[in-house]
Amino acid sequence: MKLLYFAWLKTKIGIAEEEVSPPPEVRDVAALIDWLKGRGPAYAEALANDAVVKVAVNQEFARRDAPLAAGDEVALFPPVTGG
Amino acid sequence: MTIRVQREDFDPAAEVAALTAGDRSIGGVVSFLGLVRDMAGDRPIDAMTLEHYPGMTERTLAEIEAEAQRRWPLAATLIVHRYGRLEPGDRIVLVATASAHRQAAFDACNFLIDWLKTQAPFWKLEEGPAGARWVEAKDGDDDAAARWSDTAGKAAE
Repeated sequence: MKLLYFAWLKTKIGIAEEEVSPPPEVRDVAALIDWLKGRGPAYAEALANDAVVKVAVNQEFARRDAPLAAGDEVALFPPVTGG
Repeated sequence: MTIRVQREDFDPAAEVAALTAGDRSIGGVVSFLGLVRDMAGDRPIDAMTLEHYPGMTERTLAEIEAEAQRRWPLAATLIVHRYGRLEPGDRIVLVATASAHRQAAFDACNFLIDWLKTQAPFWKLEEGPAGARWVEAKDGDDDAAARWSDTAGKAAE
């Protein structure tokens, strides 16, 4: 699974993207975020207030109950501020 | 139906001219040009860096544009959005809509920029004397986008 981070999530976690292989019980977006929080202090801090974190799965906005598969591209980012 | 996400500057007059070239059914064009301000509230801004999500950005803009096409009778639409480091006064975004009559063009242009601001994956990093900070999303932008959800489909009826 490919993870992408943008804006302050990228700054706080310290990388723009990574390949991960979460355990099989990580079946949806909510579970992925919980699993990421346990990967280290930078993740825990970046995702502390995960209510403000938006998620896209395969480049489409996804809810917390959206299912995940091994080959997915999952992006985590703050609310958008373009225009 | 043009979407471009680019680092380079653009010429608004040339973009609008190209949008309408050869289509004599067009009676009105409305364009919105977004610029970098020199102030963010009461803080001076030296520069702004726009980050985006390549791939999802183009895809989202295409979806927003398709939604505008469904709602209003548009002859042509254009969205150009820049990324990278910009300075106050620089152009950020151009949205233009062309239609036989002005009202569809006005409404569609308004809709496109409202939805773009709340859905397209762009993020702004402001740099000023106090350092750099990521711009936070404004509730007002969500409100502006939400007002269009009530009118879904009405314009097409």
